[in-house]
Amino acid sequence: MVKQAVMRGVKRIELFNVHGQRYIGTDILEPVEITIEGTPGNDLGAFMNGQRLLVYGNAQDGSGNTMNGGEIIIHGHAGDITGLAVRGGQILVRDDVGYRAGIHMKEYKEKKPVFIVGGTAQDFAGEYMAGGVMVLLGLNLEPGSKHNSRYIGTGMHGGIIYIRGDFEDYQLGKEVGVAELDEADIKQLSGLVNIYTGHFGGDATSILNGKFKKLYPRSLRPYGRLYAY
Amino acid sequence: MKSYLPTKFIIERDREQCISCQVCINQCTCQAHYFDSQDNEVYARPEKCVSCHRCVVFCPTGALRVRRNTSEYRDNYNWRPEIVDDITKQAESGGVLLTGMGNDKPYKIYWDHLLLNASQVTNPSIDPLREPMELATYLGQKPDSVQVGPDNTLAKNLPPQLKLDVPVMFSAMSYGAVSLNVQHSLARAAAESGTYWNTGEGGLHHSLYDYAESTIVQVASGRFGVFADYLNAGAAVEIKIGQGAKPGIGGHLPGEKVSADVSLTRMIPEGTDAISPAPHHDIYSIEDLAQLIWALKEATNYTRPISVKIAAVHNASAIASGMVRAGADIVVIDGLRGSTGAAPKVIRDSVGIPIELALASVDSRLRQEGIRNRASLVIAGGIRNSSDVAKAIALGADAVYIGTAALVALGCHVCQQCHTGKCSWGICTTDPGYTRRINPEIGARRLNNLLRGWSLEIKDMLGGLGVNALESLRGNRLHLRGVSLTDSELEILGVRMAGR
Repeated sequence: MVKQAVMRGVKRIELFNVHGQRYIGTDILEPVEITIEGTPGNDLGAFMNGQRLLVYGNAQDGSGNTMNGGEIIIHGHAGDITGLAVRGGQILVRDDVGYRAGIHMKEYKEKKPVFIVGGTAQDFAGEYMAGGVMVLLGLNLEPGSKHNSRYIGTGMHGGIIYIRGDFEDYQLGKEVGVAELDEADIKQLSGLVNIYTGHFGGDATSILNGKFKKLYPRSLRPYGRLYAY
Repeated sequence: MKSYLPTKFIIERDREQCISCQVCINQCTCQAHYFDSQDNEVYARPEKCVSCHRCVVFCPTGALRVRRNTSEYRDNYNWRPEIVDDITKQAESGGVLLTGMGNDKPYKIYWDHLLLNASQVTNPSIDPLREPMELATYLGQKPDSVQVGPDNTLAKNLPPQLKLDVPVMFSAMSYGAVSLNVQHSLARAAAESGTYWNTGEGGLHHSLYDYAESTIVQVASGRFGVFADYLNAGAAVEIKIGQGAKPGIGGHLPGEKVSADVSLTRMIPEGTDAISPAPHHDIYSIEDLAQLIWALKEATNYTRPISVKIAAVHNASAIASGMVRAGADIVVIDGLRGSTGAAPKVIRDSVGIPIELALASVDSRLRQEGIRNRASLVIAGGIRNSSDVAKAIALGADAVYIGTAALVALGCHVCQQCHTGKCSWGICTTDPGYTRRINPEIGARRLNNLLRGWSLEIKDMLGGLGVNALESLRGNRLHLRGVSLTDSELEILGVRMAGR
């Protein structure tokens, strides 16, 4: 139905009472905007290429699977493997994400995906990350508590993760380095936080005043010395 | 560190025939030949030789011969030379041993223990020279029943199908693993011979979109080059779960092989490692597989069959049943002998099961469960000639994939050095100096010739059986008999002992 509407030339679609329907936004070639009230099912916007999906509710697993471009804005939580193998576009999640969020994110030429999470993530956030920018804002963390995710950035060989709030060293993958933000980072981050607050509200300045760290891949070839020839 | 590895091969140069033209030096990618200006002679560095025979074939006077190095280890059935060499290599490098091509160990090759039948007296054989023989094969889901409308056409459309004029397709070989000229040769031959080639997991180069109708595009765990245009470019989409040469493990295309052009099709920056995780991280169960299958059906608007490829492993038949129930239109099983551009040797040589047994058990299982029609069955891994194809079809395959056989047609001499990126035949390399050694036009002609030869032979075998269509052989195990097989082997293969 959504596809048929798009083929008729509809530019804005609103879906109400969505309850687990999968693949919303897949195989649509036009740059339409789809507003979803309810809980979209798995693989929201899989292979998406330039549409804009606004979700008022929680998303399930696999949102933005292998997305090439477009925007997914989730006013709520998102499930596991959100942003798997994303190559371009933006995914914004107001609250938390599940396991393996942003796994194998890539970048390519002018495509540099952005994945901003307002809350925290479960284990393996940014695993195998090969490009793009991931932000974990930790806004809903209780004072004194740490991010949930362990094995952050395991196998990371590209891209950057900005993380706000506390975490222990053991929560990081062994391929990950930690650094303070430099000026270029702060500039980029401030743009990203403003995008987040633009959608979900909040005070960008006070968010930016939080304690941020930059996680980066210690090697672009983490598995370079594995083989005998 | 001084290497303790012995020289594997010796290069013999007939001084009377050698004209010091230096062709061997130019052709060798391992620097096993060199010219000494002072002596005005060409000499060899045998320790570099991998016995690819490039120099032997191209020597204009036939002056070269490569032989095994005859200095023998003391006989030891347990500590064989290969095992001693492998330990030595690891002691010197501390890494995982890599290799190329398929499993080269002496596991039983069941094709060589299966024999086809022929008609004598009681039923006439058919002469394919005079009578039409049908090899056409359709891959895809077949409905449980068909309804014919009043005008004798199908009342309900069939699910999408691939039509093959010959039941042999070219296996997945990605750009990056093989050169673009190899992919052009495969694509052109597939288009001309009425079959399909497979992109592998490295995306589809823009210059190959012309052959889209003969292309199967692959989606693997790295999702390289996967986007809407790519998915819709091919005639079918194949989800690669596993590969016969390395079941259960992922792949690393090293950064140095990710050239500007390779980066274009994989859609990753130049020079970065292309890492394929071992599993698809969105597939941890049959239900998850179903989700990706239907995501791809959705992404291609239900116009393309979706294939799923797994390696032949112990419980392949139960997995295959799950794959069919998950919605796979084509099930591909890649066997123990399945080949690779690079794999850990220990995995290639020790993991998986023979394709013949996997095929027989998968086909039997799907029949028992009454779902055999819901997917076509394609096998891969070590198919060497047309009789292997005919036997595979009699065991229950709808079609086969060939990889190594196709590369041999292009010049490969199976020296197993694919992982080094120095393929002297210009096949498994992205070095622009070497890739020019494959001319796509000649390559396609060689591949077309191979498929034509095999087609003629398959028709001969069918005619001998007294049938005129491949469909009459398909899954008809009564046309096979076994020799030198145990009762268990015969039972799994569903084949009677010769003489019975």
